[in-house]
Amino acid sequence: MKGRFLDQLRIMLGRAPAKPEHISEAAQEIHRMKRMTKADFEAMKQHVRDHQLEKHTWRNRRWAVLIFANLLFTFSFWLDIQMLEGALTASRFVGFHLIDLNSALQVMLAHKHIIVNLFIGTATVFLLWVALGGRTFCSWICPYHLVAELFEKLHLRLVEKKWVSDHTFHRGARTVFWVIFSLLAVVTGYTVFETLSPTGILSRALIYGPSLALGWVALLLVFEVVYSRRAWCRYVCPIGLTYGMVGTLSPVRVVYDLRQCFHEGDCRKVCLVPHVLDMVIKGRSPEVKVPVGPDCTRCGLCVDTCPSGALKFEVKGLNELL
Amino acid sequence: MSDDSDTRPPPPAAAGARAPRSGHRAQQARREFIRTAVLSCGMIGAGLLGFLPVVQAGEKRLRPPGALDESDFLSSCIKCGQCVQVCPVQAIHLGDITDGFGIGVPFIAAREQACDFSCDAVQCILACPTGALTYHKPDFLPVRDGAPLAHAPTLKAKAQDPEPTINLTERIGLARLARPEACLAMQGKGFQGPARGPAFKGEMRYMDVDRWKPIPVADHPYERDLCDLCVTECPIADAIRLEPEPSADGTRRARPVVQEQCVGCGVCEMICPAEPVAIVVDARKTWEGEA
Repeated sequence: MKGRFLDQLRIMLGRAPAKPEHISEAAQEIHRMKRMTKADFEAMKQHVRDHQLEKHTWRNRRWAVLIFANLLFTFSFWLDIQMLEGALTASRFVGFHLIDLNSALQVMLAHKHIIVNLFIGTATVFLLWVALGGRTFCSWICPYHLVAELFEKLHLRLVEKKWVSDHTFHRGARTVFWVIFSLLAVVTGYTVFETLSPTGILSRALIYGPSLALGWVALLLVFEVVYSRRAWCRYVCPIGLTYGMVGTLSPVRVVYDLRQCFHEGDCRKVCLVPHVLDMVIKGRSPEVKVPVGPDCTRCGLCVDTCPSGALKFEVKGLNELL
Repeated sequence: MSDDSDTRPPPPAAAGARAPRSGHRAQQARREFIRTAVLSCGMIGAGLLGFLPVVQAGEKRLRPPGALDESDFLSSCIKCGQCVQVCPVQAIHLGDITDGFGIGVPFIAAREQACDFSCDAVQCILACPTGALTYHKPDFLPVRDGAPLAHAPTLKAKAQDPEPTINLTERIGLARLARPEACLAMQGKGFQGPARGPAFKGEMRYMDVDRWKPIPVADHPYERDLCDLCVTECPIADAIRLEPEPSADGTRRARPVVQEQCVGCGVCEMICPAEPVAIVVDARKTWEGEA
């Protein structure tokens, strides 16, 4: 499993997932059984499909949390209730400093000086997202994620009508952007990425009112609708990679269970980062139960969409305790 | 609907088609690579466009009190707007994408709403999480000549308090009588009514009204035989005074003279009833001796 951990890191940085070299005995046994009882298997699959309920449990919870968190910022300012002051880049929750990890990184690299409050806020948020799942930030908090998710539906509808098609990019681009934006911060002494960050722009617009910068966000959305599905989150955003790194340490993740899976691939179709679900392809799962890699945003769309409950949220350690 | 292509050997028909398919794949990969290269250059280029407004910045923006020097300020500010939220007179605004790297960075448009220190404690500095606004500059940052104040500025509003000064070591700008010919005092004129007209939205704290609640300047009309608003409304002690100005016809005239204790808060610019404004604050200007 140690090799798999590094493998998952490499996949997050852009490498394409490959067939696993080692498949455990137990997993091989299940792979074999699924082939041997093909007719039964297909019948069972059909049965599950026929009885599938359309559910949006996790999506609805997530949207509620995302909207609540962002409105808490807005109303803290408008109504002066002072619960959560600031914006997503940095804030104070009832007085405690919270500082976005990527914004903090950019400021530290550009300014090359860290004051105590900056350190405290960054450390707090680091621990918070280690506990909550790293890229959980993306799908549960980031306002651009929600907007992009809605425009993604439009993109998919246009794809269905064959008016547009999805153009993929190499996922390694995001790693390159992460490095380049970090280097630019060091070399120029400016937080170059913040000028482009739709997360910061949207968060500030929600709190301090609309700005011309929303035009840039609109451009990104148009690009995603007509040219490339979820391009910003998938191929560009260094914030996602920063939180992805944090997520490698996190106990909160989605876990795949080979025994429950009919390999229909619905989960990969709804997933923002389908490379983390490579093990659901028939014959690829190296173990009976496989935790999904750190690039997963823990959005829960796959959990909602799986007709047979093969993907579930799990907190490592907690499940063993209970 | 199935992802299950991996476990079975390819059907015989597909075997023959393998070579062209791999050619197709290679072409796809090549196209993806080119697209990705274009995307990368485009994004980095878009990011670097942020340089333009910074380099061009002909019109320097007034930053909130305690701001580091401009380039340090832009790099250390985390663009969160906590300073905006604590300001009792809403003097602070955030830069837009037209400011390039200055996006989300706070500034003060003094003519519309100056900082009158009605928070008493320079709350914006207290709110700043990164030290972009700071009471004391860290040692490794340079201090420009003429930027430090000779001594802690006394806040007129706090003159009776045990601690009458505010915690500010450097000025954010310096007031300048930019259009002496427009200055009412220089013309020997007085002033009656609301300083900036009844529609002006700017606010100020008036100690004789309410120490803790700033009110609109429009609700506080003045009556002066010789206009001296920039001097009387200045929140800082010994920052500006009125000097008699000789006149040919013997009428009483005066000139506002900026003193070394001027911190550059911009209240004089906001309150000046002349249109166009006679006295302005030059952002980040340093003291070079009395003009």
